[in-house]
Amino acid sequence: MELFNLGIHEIRAMLDRKEITSKDVTDSVFGRIDAVEERIRAYVTVTKDEAVRMAAAADGATGSDTAAPLSGIPVAIKDNMCTKGILTTCSSRILGNFVPPYESTVTSKLTDQHYVLTGKTNLDEFAMGSSTENSAFQTTRNPWDTERIPGGSSGGSAAAVAAGECIAALGSDTGGSIRQPAALCGVVGLKPTYGRVSRYGLVAFASSLDQIGPITKNVRDAAMLLNVISGNDPKDSTSAPVAVPDFTAVLGQDIRGMKIGIPKEYFIEGMDAEVDASVREAIRKLESLGATAHEVSLPHSGYAVATYYVLATSEASSNLARYDGVKYGFRVEGKDLLDMYMQTRSQGFGPEVKRRIMLGTYALSSGYYDAYYKKAQQVRTLIKNDFEAAFKEVDLIVTPTTPTPAFKMGEKTDDPLQMYLADIFTISVNLAGVPGISIPCGFTSQNLPVGLQIIGRHFDEETVLKASYAYEQSTEWHMRRPAL
Amino acid sequence: MRYEAVIGLEVHAQMLTETKIFCGCATKFGAGPNTQTCPVCIGMPGVLPVLNRRALEFAIRTGLATSCTIAQYSRFARKNYFYPDLPKGYQTSQFEHPICEHGFLEIDVDGETKKIGITRIHMEEDAGKNIHEDSGSYSYVDLNRAGVPLMEIVSEPDLRTPKEAAAYMRKLRAILRYLGVCDGNMDQGSLRCDANVSVRPAGQKELATRAEIKNINSFRFVEKAIEYEIRRQIKVVEDGGKVVQETRLWDSAKGITESMRSKEEAHDYRYFPEPDLVPIVPDRNWVEGIRASLPELPDAKKKRFVAEYGLPEQDASLLTEEQAVADWFEKAVSSGGQAKAVANWMMGDLTRLLNDEGRSIGECPLSPKQMAGMLSLIDQGTISGKIAKTVFEDMYRTGKDAAVIVKEKGLVQISDVSEIEKAVDELLARSQKEIERYRAGDEKLLGFFVGQVMKATRGKANPQTLNELLKKKLSS
Repeated sequence: MELFNLGIHEIRAMLDRKEITSKDVTDSVFGRIDAVEERIRAYVTVTKDEAVRMAAAADGATGSDTAAPLSGIPVAIKDNMCTKGILTTCSSRILGNFVPPYESTVTSKLTDQHYVLTGKTNLDEFAMGSSTENSAFQTTRNPWDTERIPGGSSGGSAAAVAAGECIAALGSDTGGSIRQPAALCGVVGLKPTYGRVSRYGLVAFASSLDQIGPITKNVRDAAMLLNVISGNDPKDSTSAPVAVPDFTAVLGQDIRGMKIGIPKEYFIEGMDAEVDASVREAIRKLESLGATAHEVSLPHSGYAVATYYVLATSEASSNLARYDGVKYGFRVEGKDLLDMYMQTRSQGFGPEVKRRIMLGTYALSSGYYDAYYKKAQQVRTLIKNDFEAAFKEVDLIVTPTTPTPAFKMGEKTDDPLQMYLADIFTISVNLAGVPGISIPCGFTSQNLPVGLQIIGRHFDEETVLKASYAYEQSTEWHMRRPAL
Repeated sequence: MRYEAVIGLEVHAQMLTETKIFCGCATKFGAGPNTQTCPVCIGMPGVLPVLNRRALEFAIRTGLATSCTIAQYSRFARKNYFYPDLPKGYQTSQFEHPICEHGFLEIDVDGETKKIGITRIHMEEDAGKNIHEDSGSYSYVDLNRAGVPLMEIVSEPDLRTPKEAAAYMRKLRAILRYLGVCDGNMDQGSLRCDANVSVRPAGQKELATRAEIKNINSFRFVEKAIEYEIRRQIKVVEDGGKVVQETRLWDSAKGITESMRSKEEAHDYRYFPEPDLVPIVPDRNWVEGIRASLPELPDAKKKRFVAEYGLPEQDASLLTEEQAVADWFEKAVSSGGQAKAVANWMMGDLTRLLNDEGRSIGECPLSPKQMAGMLSLIDQGTISGKIAKTVFEDMYRTGKDAAVIVKEKGLVQISDVSEIEKAVDELLARSQKEIERYRAGDEKLLGFFVGQVMKATRGKANPQTLNELLKKKLSS
């Protein structure tokens, strides 16, 4: 198998055995990028020069046998995480020329391990979307069918992993932006517990929901990457002061007796029949491994999308106020200050971002605050309580990641509400703050990947990973690669 | 008709922390533009605030010193508006859950003590500063001040006169300075004051429509701006008009307030809880520790000065307005100075000398001990009170001890009766005419004799001894 098709742990083992160098794997990945990127368009910026330098540094640093787990591993970073001296655009015109003078905490941690940065991946502008069609620069294609979208907003990262344009990637997830594209691209995507990973340097979309996580080719890789990026950060007061276990330690442990909850609200009408069948089959597989399935109820699930679009847009309307043309980024000169603001923001932001700024501004306005923002906060508490109640009965909750497989480009761009429903199964997890993963659980008759979502208790990524690994090791979905 | 004004003050106090409220940048005043900034206070994408614990401590200190309740749960909130000096497009402030509430302080006006309620104290970050080019074609933004921690201290509408408002400001400033949380400098903008003013017919219970006066940027304008506004509102009412709710700007050059924006034009700040900062739940032991560390505050100190030193209320008031002044006083007394004498010299000659040069007590070139030393020279009769004034000025200019100056300049008072008698005899021997007039009843001439002897002794004759001698000799 080509090196670019391997995962972190496989490359790690080969590097440690000195069978290959970081230069070898980096060359393989960039060869792949040269071969397929034109068709996939996963990257906003490819950082080949940096990668060559970083690979050489990693090869130089691995003289001893104590190389860090991510040392020499080519990783792609979603273009909403700040990388010092490297363009960070959020796939937005308004940050089209923005080069951060500082490094995000997650990439600092990777840098400390001597990782290799392959580039910055495409996303829906400011992570707002489910298809990457909201990128100001390009739509990324699904490697399994380049007529289709890869999901979003971390579509670039998911597609890059699926296509072998990197060994692993980081994405961010506000309402499903890691899990949904991972599902649609047939890879593993983990959204950690809110507070598990520092948000410092992640360009904010909705601060109380955003969380960075790994997108990888298999569950072990996700655990390895999560090990590196987790932990309390003095620069992010919302990062939790909780201990970080070795997430790989639980992999391979038995899941017999584990209780798995199946929320009745998640098997909705209108769900794709093949997705439904794959997920039910996956549940049976988990049962065959010794887990027991139980029906649970998350009664407020029906309000999740509405709640999310009030809270996320409210926070976004404020978070995006700083892009005013005054200090950095894109500016259109105006005849006066107000004109400069209006021209800059009208031309700098795309339609979906503007739609959400307007929604959020409205929801926070005097006279509407109680009816929208405050009410949504109350519903958010109810949704969180739903999960807490369910987790008194079961250890994990298992659902489909998405109601349908990858849809065609342009299919939903005219109907924002339809687009929003792509995240219907993932949004509650962000509102509750709990961890959730998407792992491959089958393919449709059209050879499109289907994702299984496994949700755990707050700060219990270990149980999520343990069950995911057990399932993965008894199936072969994660071994498949798209024909490109 | 008689009217009553209702006044509430919103005071912004810049906290004396070394670093900004949400990042590690310095807060020093007067640095080059944008030299005290970082990605956090510039509002770059993806950065996050981290609360400066010292700023929280200062706010709690202030709350405890003004008898506030310290919140068990407090939160920051975002106040959203666009302005070039506001790098994030919102100010991180507090709204629903301020750190301190329900306090008060006491003011003394015309011999009466009055309690003024404090509604709330909250923390927030300052904005930067826009600098406009003279040519008018460009403006620049200096973000050194962006993120400097502020406290907003909001009073209840308990003030009734401009004089009370000024007294409130003075007392609040004194407390803030005692606590070391704010330098209280209104001219540099580290203490700012907005006033909410309304007028109603005397006796009416319900509040009338108020106007908010901004830009009161100096201590002496607090009274002036409010006085003007009260007159303006009374005139509006008497002319049959209605006071409108609006924000007005004080123009100190013209001495008037002018409308800035009406209620309809007011911003909708769209406050909501700041999701980047976790709620504050102050540890009760920590709060009690802060309470235990509070210094003696102006009111308590004043009471003690009256009781302990037997000072008149007025003196105690003046001496305790500034902690440094009070400390200076106590040091002088503990160095042996008699309390009332120290008070008189401090409020008189020392204040005059300091004011002439715009110096504070901290910059006083002479020490409390030196003043006590000079007072003991007077007590011992080494110098007269009159000579002491000259000596004191010399001490102030040169920093030398009184005893040294007295010795160098030969200012030791002549208390030796025989020496004074010699001078008196010499004078009387050549003043027959005056002696006759004096004995004929022109007793005012005593002053002439005193003056002449003083002249002859270069002012060093002990005045009491001289008076007694003269009277005795003239009447014999």
